[in-house]
Amino acid sequence: MDKVDKDLKVDATRNGFGKGLLELGRTNKRVVTLSADLTDSTRAGWFKKEFPERFFSFGVAEQDMISSAAGFALSGKIPFACTFGVFAAGRAWDQVRVSVDYMNLNVKIVGTHGGISVGEDGHTHQALEEITLMRVLPNMTVIVPCDSIEAKKAAIKSAEWNGPVYMRLGRSNSPMITKEDDEFQIGKGVVVGKGEDLTIVACGQMVYEALKARAILAEEKISARVINLHTLKPVDEKILIKAANETGAIITVEEHSVYGGLGGVVSEVVSQNSPVPVKIMGMSCCGQSGTPEELFSCFNLLAKDVAKCAKAILKKKKKR
Amino acid sequence: MERPDVKVLQEKSRELRKTVLKMLANAGSGHTGGSLSLIEILVSLYMYKLRHDPKNPKWEGRDRLVLSKGHGCSALYAVLSEVGYFPKSELMTFRKFGTRLQGHPQLGLPGVEASTGSLGQGLSIANGMALAMRIDKSDARVYCVMGDGELNEGQVWEAAMTAAHYKLGSMCGIVDFNKIQIDGWCKDTMNMEPLGDKWRSFGWNVLECDGHDFGQLMNALDDAADFEGAPSVILAHTIKGKGVSFMENDAKWHGIAPKQDELEKALREIDGQGR
Repeated sequence: MDKVDKDLKVDATRNGFGKGLLELGRTNKRVVTLSADLTDSTRAGWFKKEFPERFFSFGVAEQDMISSAAGFALSGKIPFACTFGVFAAGRAWDQVRVSVDYMNLNVKIVGTHGGISVGEDGHTHQALEEITLMRVLPNMTVIVPCDSIEAKKAAIKSAEWNGPVYMRLGRSNSPMITKEDDEFQIGKGVVVGKGEDLTIVACGQMVYEALKARAILAEEKISARVINLHTLKPVDEKILIKAANETGAIITVEEHSVYGGLGGVVSEVVSQNSPVPVKIMGMSCCGQSGTPEELFSCFNLLAKDVAKCAKAILKKKKKR
Repeated sequence: MERPDVKVLQEKSRELRKTVLKMLANAGSGHTGGSLSLIEILVSLYMYKLRHDPKNPKWEGRDRLVLSKGHGCSALYAVLSEVGYFPKSELMTFRKFGTRLQGHPQLGLPGVEASTGSLGQGLSIANGMALAMRIDKSDARVYCVMGDGELNEGQVWEAAMTAAHYKLGSMCGIVDFNKIQIDGWCKDTMNMEPLGDKWRSFGWNVLECDGHDFGQLMNALDDAADFEGAPSVILAHTIKGKGVSFMENDAKWHGIAPKQDELEKALREIDGQGR
């Protein structure tokens, strides 16, 4: 993908998840869906409509929902527990830790409304810390699909994956940059743009911004590799070490805290295997209300900001 | 179901109390008071009410028991080994490095249905089991043993709403109602009274009994099983530290184990009770 198609169709990753969950309902009788009063928002409602006997409402009670999901898993079901990311990881973290993760249960936790792309609802509803909170748990797999197509595949693969999974999804529409027949494997990153001068690692809808940054840089004869790191844990170490060795500088981009998220994942791998300069782009303060575009602009998460950081890190690379 | 002889259960309970005290003393740490208050509750479940098969602990048709007050696990371990889930020789590994008998119950030890210890989560887990088994049209029942201090946790009441909302007649909660939590008397730490009214107002069938009286416990468990259309909870009035005079009703014994001289004194006292 040398140029970014400006006419890409858009869709929200939560929609892709909703389609995947519906398909799972049809193909896997063990799949049940749990919701904490955000049934339509999380798109769990599409499953509910077709499979009401396998849908369970818990009201506004995330802690109860998460521990109950553990009970379902202990009785052989594959529960998808759906709420906003802030509530799944924040409100119910101890339940995720003890009831789900420490028992290594087959619970799939779905957190929609990740990041500042939530927009107008403001900071309480914009999950900015849940990648960190979830990935520190020893058995947890953490997936952040980059678009709606990938989110559908991630939902389906999660049901086949043994053990707990946290999936971070977005509220707002974002461009669909992958294709239906692209391969998706949990734990395997994807090079979505080739390049030699530096690497931009992104997750979620930031992958699109990274691709646009790559196009901006190409006009200045800078060749940027772009990696879609949809699985933050277990991390694809190979793809990151190769990028560090071959391009010598890395930028990470996420609509999430700069502490312990994607930037942390990449830094941990690179620093211990092939140290190169790493720039972590993300959030170091609370979000606020606004359109996603206004917020990305305010917090310097647009393609032009990524391109600017790319040029800065190239100078550091040359100093080495 | 034929009831076992109460005298036999009482004798078993005395032996189990002694085993629990020895396990705790051998470990040098642990939760004495809330394990001793639990003995008759667990004995009446594992030796009377539960439909289970210790030789086939994963049997799908089994009733489930979640010990939500995980700190009472020395009593659970003693009872599980007594009925044959694992060898009694393993009991003295309690809390030791490498043991399956962890300081709080952990999945992996036969008979343990869920890892617990962070209070307030067990009833939700039990609800999930009961709802899953309803999908599978299983007639197995689910029991959840909670502490009274544990009921301070808001999640318990979320789960109480859920069980009532789904009319989970297969659910039976049991409160080890010993009136004491770590900081002291429950009424002084966080008053939960009127406790029966609370459960009733949440839509539960509420039963009360003396949690050390086998006749009353078995009646309550039978009544709960016969009640349809709503979950039942048994408020089992117990004495923290039951059976050892210098441990009874003393919050100090919540989280400590007896020293050697205290153990010997306690064992002598329990031996005297059988005569």
